[in-house]
Amino acid sequence: MTDTLTPVLTDNWDQERAWTLAAYEERGGYAALDKALAMQPADVITAVKESGLRGRGGAGFPTGMKWGFIPQDNPKPKYLVVNADESEPGTCKDVPLMMASPHTLVEGVIISSYAIRAHTAFIYVRGEVLHVVRRLQRAVQEAYLAGHLGKNIHGSGYDLDLIVHAGAGAYICGEETALLEGLEGRRGQPRLRPPFPAVAGLYASPTVINNVESIASVPSIIDNGAAWFASMGTEKSQGYGIFSLSGHVTRPGQYEAPLGITLRQLIDLAGGMREGHELKFWTPGGSSTPLLTPDHLDIPLDFEAVGAAGSMLGTRALQLFDETTCVVRAVLRWTEFYKHESCGKCTPCREGTWWLTQTLARLEKGQGSEADLDLLLDQCDNILGRSFCALADGATSPISSSIKYFRDEYLAHLAHGGCPFDPAASTAFPSTGAPVGADA
Amino acid sequence: MSLDKSPPTGLDDTTWAELREIAARYPEKRSGLLPMLHLVQSVQGRVTPEAIEACAEVLGISAADVNGVATFYTMYKRKRVGDYHVGVCTNTLCAVLGGDLIFERLKDHLDVGNDETTAEVEGQHSITLEHVECNAACDYAPVMMVNWEFMDNQTPESAVQVVDDLRAGTEVHSTRGPRLGTWREAERVLAGFPDDRADEGPTAGPSSIAGLKIARDNGWTAPEADHGPQAIEQPQTREGAVAEADTSRAQSETVEESTK
Repeated sequence: MTDTLTPVLTDNWDQERAWTLAAYEERGGYAALDKALAMQPADVITAVKESGLRGRGGAGFPTGMKWGFIPQDNPKPKYLVVNADESEPGTCKDVPLMMASPHTLVEGVIISSYAIRAHTAFIYVRGEVLHVVRRLQRAVQEAYLAGHLGKNIHGSGYDLDLIVHAGAGAYICGEETALLEGLEGRRGQPRLRPPFPAVAGLYASPTVINNVESIASVPSIIDNGAAWFASMGTEKSQGYGIFSLSGHVTRPGQYEAPLGITLRQLIDLAGGMREGHELKFWTPGGSSTPLLTPDHLDIPLDFEAVGAAGSMLGTRALQLFDETTCVVRAVLRWTEFYKHESCGKCTPCREGTWWLTQTLARLEKGQGSEADLDLLLDQCDNILGRSFCALADGATSPISSSIKYFRDEYLAHLAHGGCPFDPAASTAFPSTGAPVGADA
Repeated sequence: MSLDKSPPTGLDDTTWAELREIAARYPEKRSGLLPMLHLVQSVQGRVTPEAIEACAEVLGISAADVNGVATFYTMYKRKRVGDYHVGVCTNTLCAVLGGDLIFERLKDHLDVGNDETTAEVEGQHSITLEHVECNAACDYAPVMMVNWEFMDNQTPESAVQVVDDLRAGTEVHSTRGPRLGTWREAERVLAGFPDDRADEGPTAGPSSIAGLKIARDNGWTAPEADHGPQAIEQPQTREGAVAEADTSRAQSETVEESTK
């Protein structure tokens, strides 16, 4: 029986100066790299395929299979790009990982690049996390000086250069083709596919783009074996993952567990919801994944079960809101976010997120009518699946799911002539002087 | 931490050399544009028309191309930024947990609106205030960023204290990072010119290790390497993988790819 929590990636986060090469090597770091360099690149891909590792950035596509798509007969250079643009609201796992143990990611980059026969790799990290950028820069510098990067790594004859690239503030660059545009020095607007990045990605060359947590998981798979990784988790969602609890819970934070743990278990571990309050709604994997309710507390948090419940596992960004929170206010704010972050390339997204905001804002003020709910759903229907990328799809998730589960709360705004909630009741600190709703 | 009130000056030879150095890091030089724009901000306090021309010349592209990029990304500023950039997260989770109240208090306290800079006062540092989107620290909500360093678990009172200290020149430390430098110094690091602060601050904040602490207390670990059963059969085809993938988009696109 596997333990409830299984720290692997987080296992050294309580170690002094864990970010340094010395600390990482002291606990066996870069041994997996030796093991990988002694294997054929194709065998490294096979090992990752057999582990069952599925993309940890949200989509859950099998990582090893993605690597297998790289056409090795293509004469162009191959590239590995790590997506470290962690920006999905609620998602906060990659940033602490890179801050605490950047060498875990760097070692993963080297092994993964070797597997796909890339000689240049990039970490595209969002610019708004300065200390993470610093720790990555330092780790890469240390890795070069120690011979883990550069020419003839560990005497294997394999060469790799790794470049840390700071972004400049654009949620859309978490979308892999927009990220490539940013990395090429352009506006971050998604590309039409096909061609897919595996065939024509960075500089129109074969490119693998993986999330930080996916790549950081690779050394442990090489070190302990594919079977070890696959022994954790559920039948089709294998391995461990970091679950990020935030919001109205007693001990928010990072909880690394086999996929398939339930929110009920996680909330128990986190000391319950804040005292005197109960869960009202939650996101399983960031704001782009449809909201769920306390009825879904016992769903195994894996790709299949969360999907069957009408949402998505996403990035395991569990944002928890208690009964003091107005769902209409929450959804409006997310919608404003999508409107702000729409890159403007596709009309349904650029115009649609604007109209969604208008309609929602009117409802939140208690204006409009019940017919506006149908209007919202109709707008969602006209936005979903009609753009180059999934940003606008994500924008519809909180709206359609909140109307499904909390229709009455929208209507209460109309009946009340405004928001019936007291926002001061939801804050993490005792707050005074905030406007108090009459019927709160 | 010196007061920086000098007007924007021309880009000197050093900056030109550094712009070329950034471009040379990449297989194709245009990839250097994002860090190059961070660099010119560190020198001039904003993206000036002169800097746009300089980037265009180094990369051999038009100024309009550079301008298009500079106006796309929110970290690039056309108006001069103060000594410190203070960003309050007002995305849903932080807003609900108090970010909205913090932002309101700071606007009132600093007498500025969103994306505005405090008036120049002799002997005081200036502050640019902005509300920001999710900064990947939701387990420390409500979150405030100073020059893109984490200030975790803020209250309106703590936020006011931070900005008052910044204005007065009192040393302030990130709650999970180093002592704070100026916004321009931060922009230089983002351009790929490291400072010496990587070793400051802790490995992780308390929320980051909340789960690890429980695992330690209970003796919970990942299994030993030899405890696993044989690997379970994985899908061998694209169609098999898409049938199991999470999003409908990933499915449709991969099916498309596999059939092309």
